[in-house]
Amino acid sequence: MEKADQRRRFVRIAVSALIVAGSLYLLQRLLMPKYVDGIVEGAFVAEYYREEKDHDVIFIGDCEVYENFSPVKLWQEYGINSYIRGSAEQYIWQSYYLLEDTLRYETPDVVVFNIQSLQFNESQNEAYNRMSIEGMKWSPSKVGAIFASMKENEHFLDYVFPILRYHSRWSELAPTDLEYLFKTKPVTHNGYYMRVDVRPVESETQGRILGDYSFGDKAWEYLDRMDALCREKGVELLLIKAPSLYPYWYPEWEEQVEAYAEAHDRRYINFLEIQDETGIDYNTDTYDAGLHMNLSGAEKLAVWLGRYLQTEFGLADRRGEAALDAAWKGKIAAYDAEIEAQYKLYGMERKDA
Amino acid sequence: MLFTSYGFLGFAAVLLLLYYLLPKRHQWKLLLAASLVFYLLGGAWAIVYILATAVSVWYAALRIQANAAQQSAYLQAHKDTLDREGKKAYRAQQKRIRRRWLTGCLLLDLGILAVVKYTDFAIANVNAVLGLFSKGPLPLLHILLPLGISFYTFQAVGYLIDVYRGSQPAERSLPRFLLFVSFFPLVIQGPISRFGQLSETLYAGHPYDGGTVARGLQRMLWGYFKKLVVADRIVSAVTVILGDVNAYHGAYALVGMVFYTVQLYADFTGGIDITIGLSEALGVTVQENFIRPYFSKSLKEYWRRWHISMCSWFRDYVFYPVSSSKAMQRFARFSRSRFGEAVGRRLPVYVSSFVVWFATGIWHGASWNFIVWGLLNWAILMISEELEPLYARFHAKHPGAGGLGWRLFAVGRTFLLICCLNLFDCFANIGDTLFMLGSVLTARNWGILWNGALLELGLTGVDYAVLAGAVALMLTVSLLGRRGSVRAQIAKRPYAVRFIVWYGLFLLVLLMGAYGIGYDASQFIYNRF
Repeated sequence: MEKADQRRRFVRIAVSALIVAGSLYLLQRLLMPKYVDGIVEGAFVAEYYREEKDHDVIFIGDCEVYENFSPVKLWQEYGINSYIRGSAEQYIWQSYYLLEDTLRYETPDVVVFNIQSLQFNESQNEAYNRMSIEGMKWSPSKVGAIFASMKENEHFLDYVFPILRYHSRWSELAPTDLEYLFKTKPVTHNGYYMRVDVRPVESETQGRILGDYSFGDKAWEYLDRMDALCREKGVELLLIKAPSLYPYWYPEWEEQVEAYAEAHDRRYINFLEIQDETGIDYNTDTYDAGLHMNLSGAEKLAVWLGRYLQTEFGLADRRGEAALDAAWKGKIAAYDAEIEAQYKLYGMERKDA
Repeated sequence: MLFTSYGFLGFAAVLLLLYYLLPKRHQWKLLLAASLVFYLLGGAWAIVYILATAVSVWYAALRIQANAAQQSAYLQAHKDTLDREGKKAYRAQQKRIRRRWLTGCLLLDLGILAVVKYTDFAIANVNAVLGLFSKGPLPLLHILLPLGISFYTFQAVGYLIDVYRGSQPAERSLPRFLLFVSFFPLVIQGPISRFGQLSETLYAGHPYDGGTVARGLQRMLWGYFKKLVVADRIVSAVTVILGDVNAYHGAYALVGMVFYTVQLYADFTGGIDITIGLSEALGVTVQENFIRPYFSKSLKEYWRRWHISMCSWFRDYVFYPVSSSKAMQRFARFSRSRFGEAVGRRLPVYVSSFVVWFATGIWHGASWNFIVWGLLNWAILMISEELEPLYARFHAKHPGAGGLGWRLFAVGRTFLLICCLNLFDCFANIGDTLFMLGSVLTARNWGILWNGALLELGLTGVDYAVLAGAVALMLTVSLLGRRGSVRAQIAKRPYAVRFIVWYGLFLLVLLMGAYGIGYDASQFIYNRF
């Protein structure tokens, strides 16, 4: 009798624990933002884990990489297999940990890092922290990224159990929260976020006067760590400044980066200075008046950069590798389909159609 | 460390685990260590104050007890040699010594409280007077208030007076006494416990009992519901309304004071539920501090149901000593001879009550609004006392007036009265308080109650719906509580029902609690007292 009671008690506890764990998991899935409509940047980081990890080039950085370079074009033109690991306002410490995370899976030949984020020495916004970090798989790199990024009002536990962060989203749930409960749809093309519309630059960019143009210690520390990590793994680190006109890139900042690149024997390309070579036209190649490139601009930059990568780093043309060809065939189809859809959405006519 | 912080939850979880793993005789030592760590986390410097209070009271109590014992022994040893006068003189001499210990210690500990809490208030008042003579102001000292100083000082002082009165034996162990003063669940907002009651379970060893721990956690969960779902949600609207008297008055003032009264209840009783629940989970019994206060039919009844430990403290350690003091007895004789038996009998009580309510007011905060709040309570209570015969005659004439309708009216009237009085909590400026109260009577903006203006106070329609549901749940639980412990009633139900109730409550707190990014987590209101 006592044994039967004990068994019943055990079953009761086990079933209760299952119900609690299961329901909390489901609730957490339901309440977390899916980033499939509107603000999609929060979905970028997680998409990487669905990939076959055999890339020649990994781009790391903020919107100045994920909106400005087209990996599809790099493949189509040069057979370079690349991926962009970037998200909105990705701070340099997040870039470092994302790189560390990436190098757990693969060792590319070149890492291209956009240095715009050197301007920040502390995380500015919790929402951007979330978008950059939440998609990472759990690893020491993710833990490091969280601790390096957290603002004063953030808690590590909120990253471990995101339901604590998103607990009040129940009042704004949308049908997509159910539709993408377990698996979200891809929103990038190897990390590239596409926009085909055009909004030309309307006025000349002027930076406001700063009190101090020096980059912060924390920013430099993570650039050093990125440099050291690449050396340790035998990966070339290419520093770039994408040709975005905003935020303003100060000559004083440029000098510091040039000095750093020289001191550390790293190549550095400022795309703002090679407009003629890349062919970027700010009347046709940006969708938001110079802040980001549109498809046309991203493809022009990919064409220029692909040539540079092959010339300077001797990257091989991998077209003809059966597995890659097959993978890229599908990706190119999706890429083309989205171009079509966006042209339709914006009421534009495709020039090369 | 806020009760609503992850740190506190982790701290409590680790403590519970270690507590029941330790041999029972060491459990109280762990509680002491935990209390000191908790206190240190609130500011290392503050530990000096609590140690000074604990050590001084502990030592003075021992001296008082030793003196009393010495007196008994001496009288026993000299019972045949001392005549009555000699014994009386000896007793008086010894009492003076004990009184010196008591007075000295009270002066020290209440002095610490007075200095850290009231110095700036005193300076501000001096400055106001100096201003009349065009003299420059004295600088304020901005002394940081040690965590829970009002609560632990009163707790320690109450113990000392009990030892002096001989109703409580002195605790010989300083660490054990230090635990009584610093027991962390109580140190922030009470209840102000008595040594005799708390020590029964505080130092005892407690074997692990799943039922006890579960009941404690259930009580904590209910506390978190009140604090996070109600108090920390409604606080947005309260802050907006009471933050700008020029923009929000009239009907807004009424909304503000009702909301604040709901917030105060949810905040304070929620905090006490967490305190009592955690103590219960540790096997420590802490006295109740509330008995459905907003169901009171009069202000007098309300003060028997609200913050019971504070009221009983003032009754036992201020009202009784003042009303039975020699000065008051002289005043009683004077007033009886001057105003007759009926008035003369009541006057000393009213004067003693005045002292109590003045002290209660200033205990709540070092500003005039709290003093006015205390004295208004006193005035209303005294007027009610005076009108008591009139009520009795009315009820004798209209026996039907004691029915449900009348009781509901009385409850509603008392609630509104409390709302008005609570407004004095909110403004440091009495003029603003009176303006807000007056504006309700002359309000012409009643349309805000239905024209959507309430949705611009930092609360959305969803927030109001959550609040309405949560307040309805609190009301239901209060009504059920009239039949005895609600947890006990739930415990009698089948397992599935119990699981649904407690897990459902957990989910309500988890999903509807106002915590985390996007919410400005509020301190418990009574922390500041």
